[in-house]
Amino acid sequence: MIFDIIIYIFLGIGVFFNALAGVGLLRFPDVYTRLHAGTKCTTFGSIFIIGSVILIGLKSWWFSNDTNGSVLAIHSAFALIAILLTNPAGAHAIARAAHKSGVMPAQAVIDELQDKPIEKKTGKKTISKTAFSKKEGEQ
Amino acid sequence: MIEFFNEYMIVLIAILLCIIMALVRVIIGPTIPDRVVGVDTINTIVIVGMVIFGAAYEEVIYIDVAIVYALLSFISTLFIAKYLEGGEF
Repeated sequence: MIFDIIIYIFLGIGVFFNALAGVGLLRFPDVYTRLHAGTKCTTFGSIFIIGSVILIGLKSWWFSNDTNGSVLAIHSAFALIAILLTNPAGAHAIARAAHKSGVMPAQAVIDELQDKPIEKKTGKKTISKTAFSKKEGEQ
Repeated sequence: MIEFFNEYMIVLIAILLCIIMALVRVIIGPTIPDRVVGVDTINTIVIVGMVIFGAAYEEVIYIDVAIVYALLSFISTLFIAKYLEGGEF
């Protein structure tokens, strides 16, 4: 049946993107890139997983006249709306708080929000500092 | 009624692995916003897991719990962010 195939495809896409969110949280070098992975991938994956649950409820309601299926579909849609409204706002609040508490991006050279160059400390970060001074000398 | 028990258990185990990967970031995170990002990701994945659990056992009350959990985790994330900014409530 075509509904089952669509449901399985949606579940596969959702689990794949949630796994990408976990891998991105482990692999990215920085708070902001980790936020990028952990928010957008989970939002996209949860759209597909809850969409498959909505399809299951609609299928149970339409083909076997089960009213429990309609309740399942409508409440899942409300949960999806709650995720879609709250997840980007929370991510924006975390990013703003991270920037105000002094966490800078890993390979950034200039802070464009405050128009200041970032002072790096040790090691390979001196490369980006010399890159900034070179850029400033060209100007 | 709906015989999706095994498939939903597979999906729940995969989501549990995603939660474990985010939990590693919460434990080893170098700064505090890293840990907050990990907790936020865990919250979203737990909401999805609750919805799948409710669909697997045909219990609508789990999905209501998921809605309330989404709103409360959003409020807690906003409060932690406000605390990290150093502002006044």
